[in-house]
Amino acid sequence: MSDENGVIYRISGPVVTATGIRSRMYEVVRVGHEGLMGEVIELHGDKSVIQVYEDTSGIRPGEPVVRTGQTLSVQLGPGLLTQIYDGIQRPLPILAETMGTFIERGVDADGLDQEKLWNFEATVSVGDEVTSGMTIGTVQETETIVHKVMVPPGQGGKVTSIESGEFNVTQIVCSLDDGSEIAMMQKWPVRTPRPFTQKYAPETPLVTGMRILDFLFPLAKGGAAGIPGPFGSGKTVTQQSLAKYSDAQIVVYIGCGERGNEMTEVLDEFPHLIDPNTGKPLMNRTVMIANTSNMPVAAREASVYTGITIAEYFRDMGYDVALMADSTSRWAEAMREISSRLEEMPGEEGYPAYLSSRLAEFYERAGRVETLEGEDGSVTVIGAVSPPGGDISEPVSQGTLRIVKVFWGLDAPLARQRHFPAINWLNSYSLYPQSLAQWFRDNISQDFPEVRTEISSLLQVEAELQEIVQLVGSDALPVDQQLTLEVARMIREFFLQQNAFHDIDAYSGVDQQYHMAKAILTFQESAKAAIAAGAQLEDVVNVTGRTDLMRARFEEGYLDRMDDLVENMTKQIASAVEE
Amino acid sequence: MSGKEYRTITDVKGPLVFLNKTEPVAFGEIVELRLTDGSMKNGQVLDTSDDLVVVQVFEGTAGVDLGTGVKFMGDVFKLPVSKDLIGRILDGAGRPRDGGPDIVAEANADIIGAAINPYSRQSPHDFIQTGISAIDCCTTLVRGQKLPIFSASGLPHNDIALQIARQAKLTDSDEEFIVVFCAMGITAEEYNFFRSDLERTGALENAVLFVNLADDPAVERLITPRLALTAAEYLAFEHDYHVLVIYTDVTNYCDALRQIGAAREEVPGRRGYPGYMYTDLAMLYERAGLVKGKKGSITQFPIVTMPGDDITHPIPDLSGYITEGQIVISRELHGSGIYPPINVLPSLSRLMGGTIGEKTTREDHKSVSDQMYAGYAQGRELRGLVAIVGEDALNERDKQLLDFSGLFEDKFLRQSRDEDRSIDETLDLCWDLMQNISTKYLVRLDQKWIDKYHPSEKK
Repeated sequence: MSDENGVIYRISGPVVTATGIRSRMYEVVRVGHEGLMGEVIELHGDKSVIQVYEDTSGIRPGEPVVRTGQTLSVQLGPGLLTQIYDGIQRPLPILAETMGTFIERGVDADGLDQEKLWNFEATVSVGDEVTSGMTIGTVQETETIVHKVMVPPGQGGKVTSIESGEFNVTQIVCSLDDGSEIAMMQKWPVRTPRPFTQKYAPETPLVTGMRILDFLFPLAKGGAAGIPGPFGSGKTVTQQSLAKYSDAQIVVYIGCGERGNEMTEVLDEFPHLIDPNTGKPLMNRTVMIANTSNMPVAAREASVYTGITIAEYFRDMGYDVALMADSTSRWAEAMREISSRLEEMPGEEGYPAYLSSRLAEFYERAGRVETLEGEDGSVTVIGAVSPPGGDISEPVSQGTLRIVKVFWGLDAPLARQRHFPAINWLNSYSLYPQSLAQWFRDNISQDFPEVRTEISSLLQVEAELQEIVQLVGSDALPVDQQLTLEVARMIREFFLQQNAFHDIDAYSGVDQQYHMAKAILTFQESAKAAIAAGAQLEDVVNVTGRTDLMRARFEEGYLDRMDDLVENMTKQIASAVEE
Repeated sequence: MSGKEYRTITDVKGPLVFLNKTEPVAFGEIVELRLTDGSMKNGQVLDTSDDLVVVQVFEGTAGVDLGTGVKFMGDVFKLPVSKDLIGRILDGAGRPRDGGPDIVAEANADIIGAAINPYSRQSPHDFIQTGISAIDCCTTLVRGQKLPIFSASGLPHNDIALQIARQAKLTDSDEEFIVVFCAMGITAEEYNFFRSDLERTGALENAVLFVNLADDPAVERLITPRLALTAAEYLAFEHDYHVLVIYTDVTNYCDALRQIGAAREEVPGRRGYPGYMYTDLAMLYERAGLVKGKKGSITQFPIVTMPGDDITHPIPDLSGYITEGQIVISRELHGSGIYPPINVLPSLSRLMGGTIGEKTTREDHKSVSDQMYAGYAQGRELRGLVAIVGEDALNERDKQLLDFSGLFEDKFLRQSRDEDRSIDETLDLCWDLMQNISTKYLVRLDQKWIDKYHPSEKK
């Protein structure tokens, strides 16, 4: 028996053991008569342990196993955007075409359309010296995104031929004197991070349009955030809002072990949604990966790697990429399931001992980098976590929190009060405000960081006062503290609450966020002055001008009207003194 | 490939049989065991290799000895499906239980069921009127949804499930539901209750029943829901039926899963349940929905009893992460004599937002539902305060909200087991009750709906 072909020895769910092949770790193999795709994850003497990406029912010992010599890779090139893939980069529309409604097994599909012609425009000429990662030409992939065709890592030299025109992704468009022939498509193994020159410290915020996130707990482009929350607290809605409104140029959305209908909803909705930053359909900048909860578990394990590799590829073109993974807990569970089939010694709660290092490796692929070409690109990673029973002391939440710098904690009690987004402002945090302060000063307002601090300390004070109110009632507090409670309530209801399904309220620019925060502080100031001058608290807080200011956020052109609304409110408050 | 009988059992452990020196046996292959006393048992291959095969025996291993003959049937578990299934009662392994003839198969369907391609799904948007106000108004059921009832022992979840099965209809068409009922480890008494109710209302003729009772083999429970869903898929996607699948009790199913996991000496996850329970449950729950190009649909109504009334227990917890919402039954409401004792506060329908409104229910539905929810939530919270400081200490607004929460339970939640309220009746009832709160406190209601629907504002 040759080293290339072996036979199945054992089958246990998604884990298959083969004998007779000399495979390498993480090599892709074809299993059984149907040629199911699998990946070698353990070697035991002459036995190779393989995780299979498709259902293994009906497969028998003795069926063939064939090596491919390659590790699990994705196809990178024009055609990625607007596509929806399964966990191993098979386009779902193609699978639907060949297999119908249900996903059967044993079907291969290329990640990129191999026939479609793209208009390649060369940007270098014969004789130019090019190195790894350098752009040799461009393709207008979608209305808004220019796809740069780059020299694959590891190749470089003098251009001996290059041609503009209509090509498919596998045709050679450029040859180098080192013998490399470059097509628009390149392949990259998903478990290996793509190379870059160096990592920078992040200093630009990823603007999401969600007030509580941008203003209180900002995430930097190139940073990593975790969103843990129990079911029903709005993880998926938050992730989808981020995919819709964040100012990344490219969005990679991974539905990892989640509901089928949710992915369908995204598919139905995104082509009709307009990107607030470009005015074009959101789909133009989006790549989706859907491996729902009932699809094969090994492909779920691979899906986050497929996603992040695609994200890195666009980063290498100099784009700001945001990657949403919903949910990393399902990915961790896939690892646990495979690990338990391998009969590995478990760590905490049955998860493999390498859980936290895998999580760390994954989040570490985020970052703002200088690309090989010298451009500035970033990958921002936002991972949802689904802790059992909402208790974040479990291993996946804890493993995530040790790495990410931003924590958006979703909260069941808030969700039950219909306070959305149900992000708890007392236990959430961001470690970026310091490094982003300069950006906010330069681009929004000089006193932005100070206003932020003031708003967040008011919320802290409220939390302390609430404890007293629970015991003695709010009437027992002195007037100034009652006012503080009123101001904090305004922050919560007017500022933190935001309706993700409302046409206008769903997105709030940072400029508007700043003005809303300022308006709240103006209210506090003028109310304080009025009360000191003898006005009644009740008269001050009940001025109609304040209600008008708060309600108007649901109307178009709010930012332009704010100055008038605030002025009107302060006038009314001042006149409360005379009554 | 079948025919050869092996007598090479080496170990028997719990529901598992280990044997060696067999032909190459497929993973998931069906197995027939002939005991030395001549009786037969069935099983399925859980692990297979050149040296060792592990078989899980559905009927349990009582009576199995090392001389038992094992025959491999050459195929994975398939259910003979046909339109004739409708009106039949089958046991937990798919054999007739009603004394009727065997099912003449139009096709043989693999019971594991392939995943629906998310690209081929169609978003569910059709309102199902259940006639139960709490559900229709606050946790609207949508055709193609999977909406479990989270209940606990001693609560009337069966009555609610049956009432829904009886009353469920679409408001804009006369298409009827057929019911696929799947019993997993429930008592004979519960089963008889379901059956006689379905019989009484004539629904039995339009139903398929798969029955595994408490004294039937536990391991068989692992295939019963798969049979039911396979039948449901066939009827929905091959014969255009709208199928309502009720299965009870998911907790018994999970316990059977744990039993197998323990017998295989797998590394347990939380509370001893296997680490793959999420995936396993997803393979049941995700078999709900609508698909492009097919008329039929599968709506799932699983019943989950929460051990110790604990919603964070792994079974309801993992279910909640997969299903599209939940209806939570409250022991407290049941104790105060309210039927249906649905606690709307932790209940949720994820598909409600995209469904309700002018085209399907009524234009004011969203607004009304928000206000009813908010009013009840605040009123309930005040009950705690009143217990400490007394009702006199409340201000006017709080008094109204407190009273409202009582009315909410007494008039809105409470309805009889055969009361079928239309969505209009339910929403009008809401407006009627909201009169007890001054309009200025009804902040969640749009002014235009107050003008149009509020009984005292309406012209």
